Amino acid sequence: MSEILTFHFDVDGDDFTSAGQASVQIKKNLRQLGISPDTIRRVSIAMYEGEINMVIHADGGDADVSVTEEYIEIVLSDHGPGIKDINQAMQEGFSTASDSIRSMGFGAGMGLPNMKRYTDYMNIDSVVGEGTTITMRVNL
Amino acid sequence: MTVYDLCKAENFAPVVCPAAEREITGVYIGDLLSWVMGKAQSGDGWITIMSNINTLAVASLTDVACIILAEGVTLEQEIIDAAIQKEINVVTTTLSAYETALFMSKELKDE
Repeated sequence: MSEILTFHFDVDGDDFTSAGQASVQIKKNLRQLGISPDTIRRVSIAMYEGEINMVIHADGGDADVSVTEEYIEIVLSDHGPGIKDINQAMQEGFSTASDSIRSMGFGAGMGLPNMKRYTDYMNIDSVVGEGTTITMRVNL
Repeated sequence: MTVYDLCKAENFAPVVCPAAEREITGVYIGDLLSWVMGKAQSGDGWITIMSNINTLAVASLTDVACIILAEGVTLEQEIIDAAIQKEINVVTTTLSAYETALFMSKELKDE
């Protein structure tokens, strides 16, 4: 049984100045563990997109990262509004972000597609009115 | 071309360059952060007019060599402080994104 290393982060809602802190911290932690730069890039980009989504849509949430010998797993969970149509949300360019969010450079509709692109496994578990949990894995 | 070399070029100036020795190996242009996240490559000079704090996070995570702020855009002091802390190079230029790309293309080809 491989040893598991875990990291937990609280993601603040509606705080764009600190958004991305968990991803940047994970990048540092993984670098210290000697993980390859390409893997670190994939994990941190996927996590950043998820983090930003939680800030934009769900008033924040929790981010948990586990490192095993086989993969790095990122679990993002929130108690936001949920995703009505996951297939539609996965399409590049689809976004429900407001104009003010877009003026900051977000809301391009690339968040979820980027998360899928940069990970080897991704599952979205979402209930409208209750929240969303996204699990992603990047193989080592 | 290093970030230091770029800062010395005509029409370019450093905003903050804590890692000026970084080599610029390519160019990406974009203002939509998620788009940049998905497309920019490590070592790129990232040309943008977006200058908020999230720009730094995207630069850090994509590992671009530097942010190049086109059209004379610069940063507020608190963002400069954050860039120093995160070791993100930021260069400003009076050129447009298109003109900047033309200049960078020539410089990178000549190497």
